[in-house]
Amino acid sequence: MYRYDQYDKAMVDARVAEFRDQARRRLEGKLTEDQFKPLRLMNGLYLQLHAYMLRVAIPYGTIDARQMEMLADIADKYDRGYGHFTTRQNIQYNWIKLEDTADALADLATVEMHAIQTSGNCIRNISADHFAGAAADEVVDPRPYAELMRQWSSFHPEFTYLPRKFKIAVIASEKDRAAMRLHDIGVRIVKRDGEVGAEFYAGGGMGRTPMIAPLIRDFVPIDQMITYAEACLRVYNRYGRRDNKYKARIKILVHELGAAEYIRQVEEEFAHMLSVGVEPPREELARIAEYFAPPAFVDGPKTVDRSDPDFALWVDRNTHRHKHDAYVSAVISLKPAGGIPGDATSEQMRLVARLAREYSFDELRVMHTQNLLLPHVRIADLPAVWQALDEAGLGSPNMDTIEDIIACPGLDYCSLANARSIPLAQRISERFAETGRTEVVGELKLKISGCINACGHHHAGHIGILGVDKKGTENYQLSLGGSEAEDVSLAKITGPGFDEDGVIAAVEKVTDVYLAARSDGERFLDTYRRIGMEPFKEALYG
Amino acid sequence: MTTNLGTSPDEVQFRFRDDEPVDHATVTVDSCCDQTNATAVRIEPGDDTRVLLPFLDRLALVEVNFPAFGDGRGYSSARILREAGFTGELRAVGAVLIDQLSHMRRCGFDSFAPDKRLDEEDALRAFATWENVYQRAADARRTIADKRHEA
Amino acid sequence: MKILTGNDLRTGAVTWWNGTGWSLFVDDAVDVGEDAEEILAREEAARRVNVPYAIEATIDAAGHVRPAHIKDRVRALGPTVRRDLAVPTANKTGWDWVI
Repeated sequence: MYRYDQYDKAMVDARVAEFRDQARRRLEGKLTEDQFKPLRLMNGLYLQLHAYMLRVAIPYGTIDARQMEMLADIADKYDRGYGHFTTRQNIQYNWIKLEDTADALADLATVEMHAIQTSGNCIRNISADHFAGAAADEVVDPRPYAELMRQWSSFHPEFTYLPRKFKIAVIASEKDRAAMRLHDIGVRIVKRDGEVGAEFYAGGGMGRTPMIAPLIRDFVPIDQMITYAEACLRVYNRYGRRDNKYKARIKILVHELGAAEYIRQVEEEFAHMLSVGVEPPREELARIAEYFAPPAFVDGPKTVDRSDPDFALWVDRNTHRHKHDAYVSAVISLKPAGGIPGDATSEQMRLVARLAREYSFDELRVMHTQNLLLPHVRIADLPAVWQALDEAGLGSPNMDTIEDIIACPGLDYCSLANARSIPLAQRISERFAETGRTEVVGELKLKISGCINACGHHHAGHIGILGVDKKGTENYQLSLGGSEAEDVSLAKITGPGFDEDGVIAAVEKVTDVYLAARSDGERFLDTYRRIGMEPFKEALYG
Repeated sequence: MTTNLGTSPDEVQFRFRDDEPVDHATVTVDSCCDQTNATAVRIEPGDDTRVLLPFLDRLALVEVNFPAFGDGRGYSSARILREAGFTGELRAVGAVLIDQLSHMRRCGFDSFAPDKRLDEEDALRAFATWENVYQRAADARRTIADKRHEA
Repeated sequence: MKILTGNDLRTGAVTWWNGTGWSLFVDDAVDVGEDAEEILAREEAARRVNVPYAIEATIDAAGHVRPAHIKDRVRALGPTVRRDLAVPTANKTGWDWVI
């Protein structure tokens, strides 16, 4: 994986010093809260319901054992012994003090980590396919391209006060495991006639106006990728709406202009930018790519003793095909039935770090589904890995099942939320685990947001739940048919909302409809697409 | 009608040029395009900076107004002017704050007239925040990638 | 009644105006009546509190100060899903108080 050189290190150190100075000026009263807010946000520091919250970047979701151990240390030293992994492959701490933040950032900097641009109206941390470098189906490892973009977007002088936040995801396979087309810019690295290039999508997003990003260019030569991205951003910075923060995302600009007109403007700016010369030297991509050279895989057994049914179930559910046939990628579930999706204690982080060191070439991933991943595990080592995970409460065999719920922090933590998300996730996962229906139902992506900002990706859930405020009480809207994957679609609302008990019963009802109607091999989503909304409505409201 | 527009040299707190500052008022972008003799112009966030490109030769001062510090359109305006070869004074005016100075400098601003005077020491530290930079911009600084790969 | 709440600037902790200063406990909150704006402006300017605001509250049957909105009740007690991290007040009637 990528390692900092003296320059990367100096940049992060400079940012720590700058933030320390900004915090000092705030505490001394030289900055008002209005002035300080965008500055702290650009360093991932929010003021949430109970305290400050610090979001630490995990660029394209890749970290090593030493970094994971530092995340555990930060949790113990500055927080309350746990952290929350997010849908953009970052980690959040819920109880950070402003007066400690610079020290925490300085600690992070010692292991090449930071909180740069994890919030604010700027280019956010770049996310990527969590199976990058391991997936059997990738064209190339997308992470060198993501790292090139990370460097380009860090402290970009022109794009620090964009109309609104800007999220970029990079993948390199037909399958989309990063919700790429629900990002402001989605990039798919492709090969055409042996040449590597980038397919660009722009104007996707969730939030209150969900949109699927249209294709804006099917092939940008790889040595012009940064220039093209810069053109996309400049058009957005100049013409994105600033009169209404709810209409300020690039999706609204692309929608209002129409994709064709946005493309025309970008192409014009791109041609100009090519003449200005903003692309990093070509050798830079080659230099970065060297860090992502595949580890020294060795041949070994391709099968493993499956006589323990619990182990066999975990292997079937939680491992993913690897490009080397003696290896798999193993998902570490942060979704124990009844647990808080995405939360991990410092002890669990240390265990996971140890497993990465022992069994996965010192590498870990944070998945957009709020789980962790050991990307390169020898098939022969799976029993040992599973046993260690199981003992630590990290062995739930539930990847992509109804227990594998994405949930935002909701009203338990978030100052924007209208309703709690976590208790719903806890009760639903507990109910399905207890009744044994999880396995019966199979793949079913349930996503819960506690407000319209959609951090819980409810628009992209096979089943989505949106918490709303109904005259001071929590109320939940159910939606069906969304997908964040290559078959991307937006979920549709079923009808009137429910209270907490009601929405849990409703989820059971829609799975009943699915089980009764499904044909062989159909997922919930497939059945929904075939039979439509009506049978589900009938069961819910009929 | 436009005589009160713009900042005077007294209001400029930081200036990174040796020539004499323009000491007369600026005009709006529209007026500038109509008046063949205007030498100083003021760009508002909603203006299309590119309409000025035919007149750059006669312009000695371009002010870019930041009515609100969170409106970043002025950064693009500045870079566009420098990319087009503008060598006159490029002045950031309005809600110019300490923590924007280094980015503004990179986008090509070479003078600063904040509507509230900035703490001198904090500002000088802010200008010097970044010893290195990742991306190419209007300041022609060698980027980190350039340094990594120089022969 | 009208009470005031905000967060501590240095630590971020949720605080409540008790008439002379900022307390960690919602039960210490006092009715500020017409003085809300004046106190808020003064206290925020002095950085004794960050982003403070006034809210409606009642005294419940057990004699506790109960903010009108669920969001402020969650703030008063802590995340309902991490009861081990609750604000240390022994005087609440339980988590049902929040919902």
